[in-house]
Amino acid sequence: MREVPVELLVIGAGPAGLAAALSAAKEGCKDIILVDRLNEPGGILPQCIHNGFGLRFFKQELTGPEYAQRFINFLAAYPQVKIKTGTMVIELTRDRLAYTLSSREGLCCYRAQAVILSMGCRERPRGAVNIPGTRPAGIYTAGTIQRLMNIEGYLPGREAVILGSGDIGLIMARRLTLEGVKVRAVLELLPYSTGLTRNIVQCLDDYDIPLYLKHTVTEIYGEKRLAGIKAAPVDDQLQPIKDKVFALNCDTLVLSVGLIPENELSSTAEVTLDPATNGPVVNSLYQTTVPGIFACGNVVHVHDLVDDVSEEGRIAGRAAAAFIREKITPRTGVSVKPGRNIRSVVPQKVLAGETTLYIRAKFPEKDLFLQVGSDRVKQRVVTPGETIRHTINDDKFAKNVPHIAVSLEKGGENHA
Amino acid sequence: MILVAVKETDVLIIGAGIVGAALARELSRYKTRVMIVDKEIDVSFGTSKANSGIVHSGIHDHPGTLKARLCLRGNRLFPELAAKLNFLYKQNGAVIVCRNKEEIPALEKLYDNGKLNGLTGLRRLTKEELLHMEPHLSPDLAAAIYAPSGGTVVPFDMVFALVENAVANGVCLSLLTEVQKIMPGREDFLVQTGQGLIRTAYLVNAAGLHAAEVAGMIKDESFSIYPRKGEEYLFDRKLEGMVHSTVFPLPDKISKGILLIPTVDGNIMIGPTAHRVNSFNELSTSASGWQEVFASAGVLAPFLRPADLIASFAGLRAGSNSDDFIIGPSPVSPRFIHAAGIESPGLTAAPAIAEYLVELLKEAGLKLKEKSDFNPLRPVVRLREFDRETQKQLAAENPAYANIVCRCELVSEGEIRDAVRRGASTLDGVKLRTRSGMGRCQGSFCTPQIIKILGEELKKAPAEITKNGPGSFLLAGWLRNRDEAVAEKEEKLNA
Repeated sequence: MREVPVELLVIGAGPAGLAAALSAAKEGCKDIILVDRLNEPGGILPQCIHNGFGLRFFKQELTGPEYAQRFINFLAAYPQVKIKTGTMVIELTRDRLAYTLSSREGLCCYRAQAVILSMGCRERPRGAVNIPGTRPAGIYTAGTIQRLMNIEGYLPGREAVILGSGDIGLIMARRLTLEGVKVRAVLELLPYSTGLTRNIVQCLDDYDIPLYLKHTVTEIYGEKRLAGIKAAPVDDQLQPIKDKVFALNCDTLVLSVGLIPENELSSTAEVTLDPATNGPVVNSLYQTTVPGIFACGNVVHVHDLVDDVSEEGRIAGRAAAAFIREKITPRTGVSVKPGRNIRSVVPQKVLAGETTLYIRAKFPEKDLFLQVGSDRVKQRVVTPGETIRHTINDDKFAKNVPHIAVSLEKGGENHA
Repeated sequence: MILVAVKETDVLIIGAGIVGAALARELSRYKTRVMIVDKEIDVSFGTSKANSGIVHSGIHDHPGTLKARLCLRGNRLFPELAAKLNFLYKQNGAVIVCRNKEEIPALEKLYDNGKLNGLTGLRRLTKEELLHMEPHLSPDLAAAIYAPSGGTVVPFDMVFALVENAVANGVCLSLLTEVQKIMPGREDFLVQTGQGLIRTAYLVNAAGLHAAEVAGMIKDESFSIYPRKGEEYLFDRKLEGMVHSTVFPLPDKISKGILLIPTVDGNIMIGPTAHRVNSFNELSTSASGWQEVFASAGVLAPFLRPADLIASFAGLRAGSNSDDFIIGPSPVSPRFIHAAGIESPGLTAAPAIAEYLVELLKEAGLKLKEKSDFNPLRPVVRLREFDRETQKQLAAENPAYANIVCRCELVSEGEIRDAVRRGASTLDGVKLRTRSGMGRCQGSFCTPQIIKILGEELKKAPAEITKNGPGSFLLAGWLRNRDEAVAEKEEKLNA
């Protein structure tokens, strides 16, 4: 097949890909193809019709579609960026050969000088959480419910239970309520919600939707359409307490049980993944372990805020443009080493200069300090649901140190 | 007087599972009227849908039984049948392993059993040979037998293929057609169904779980059916290649044990359990079932991790009071032929059961003459299986084949529309025909689009689309203020 040469191929036109393409264009990249499998750019944003986007990036509160539109409008000034929607990359190789399929152009083959991975993430389905019971209609992930309602205009059911108190689950509890669906409960396995505090207040408390912490669904019943679920509190090992099982009638079960970065293409391109994030290992420039392949956004690690996704896209786009221009060989950088109460740190490799680290805790704690190398910052409270941002701004990290230790240490009050 | 239209046929097959489907296709070679009915909205929606998909070598069955004879014959028919009908089949071989030295005598016994049944190519494997062949299996296994003729098939895909080909060759398929009453006449039967009356000269009872109930309609109580549940657990395709052959432990008294199955589609599936249940609708999976399956499979394959699990399901086998298949004319009527109690290795045996049933129908007096225009082939488009050049050509000919709807399994809009035209009328019908929604996201992304396509093809509102038939509706309707929003949008477009 004929290979079409292209400077930069950006895979995924969600917030990460839009920001990456924009920044690469601003940095002088002349020939950019931005592909997305959906029929419009914006990724998941067009279906996120609630507000709360853009506070950091635009200093304004926008809805998802508005946030996406800003970037689409910015890109309109750069004709060297060609957005190809309805186009899916079906294969990507280590040497940056990509096959795409679309109704408009059929099967195409591109050879890119640089590639940016911005495929986002997907939701964990029922099978992955292994809930026993029947397999009736009416069980959806929160994102599917969101699409069914906000894009297609369908009413999914009449009475719902939501499993998982991540942000999308909370948002959908409110959305369903506003459309007249009775949300009977939000169940959360952990002793705390993994969603943002503001969402608990604005989406559950304001509508009197009960949140059951340390609870899970133990059984699904109903032969054709869902008839209900059985729920139970869990013990400290997260196992259901059998004599406390209770039933909740509902025709809809909404699953908001976690997001998984979509790295099938990263794997075919032989990019190294971090088991802690399920995303590519990246350095401060969001360069992966494969030369010329960059990654940004939720494909790298799941973010709380779209603003941070756009920021990563900006860095990756600029770095990809520099790679194309200067043909710089990738540098490895100094590894970060997650320590006490740290689930993950991104980027995993730090280069000289300024780097913002996204740090996720393993469990909630109070009165701590965050230790990053020799930096020490007070942290009043941490939860796995809210990422800690910490910017290191010192060349000393990149020189003569074997690694940068990151940990959350007790005794924040004393050291403040 | 009320005039009721009566449909006329020569042979009526009750049940469109694997046995009914194989028979329908076998009979479609001949100049005779054949009708196949099923109470479900789609074919294969009973036991066949949740089958493990093993094409058994025939090593397990007791010599001299119908099971042994028809399994071996069926196994030999698979390669050609799969090639002609284009269903998903792979002869990947089977290994039967023993977990410790104490089990070696039982393994030897099984080897001898296979020889008695007429299997060829059987080989004893030492522990080293086994691990050379399957390096990811547990190093604690002691020895194995290799049966090269073992295979795997996608069971519902095979049923769809058989029925589509039968219908293309003139067989009449009637779904949502539950048999309610059978009135035997002197030379025929009048069958009352949910969709009206059918008059037939010969009846074949392939009603699976409900075969005893159907037999009871002519006062034949010669056998009973007991549902036996099997739970299966499916893992992400990223484990593709970890095992090549289907891995069996030594069988126990009730079943062939918990297997490790590399499916044709590249997943690893573990199961099934085998437990008697009281209801014919008991299709739930259980925490205990998962523990049993995962513990047993873990002994064979230590690389399995719960985090890679993507789906689980359960099915019911039609267990009977006989140790063997119940195939033959009813003691009540020679023109009423049973194919009942079709437990494992029923799927493997099905093509041979169909041949045998044709012989039995002839013995009962059915006259069969071959058609000159029988078409044995069934074509189907599966984009993900084509090479790049073929994909390019296909996409150029029909852009719908380049519009990917299911991203995990690479299924195009064109294939989904084909599936509806091939007979799918529900979300599950599309899923089982195309694999859309069967991948790692389990339909999170493609379900809304498939609902839309089904609505367009079937000319139905989205709220009328079901998961798998009456009652299993996917949506409750439109949002209440949608009309205003749509009007506003149209206004904007007009402006």
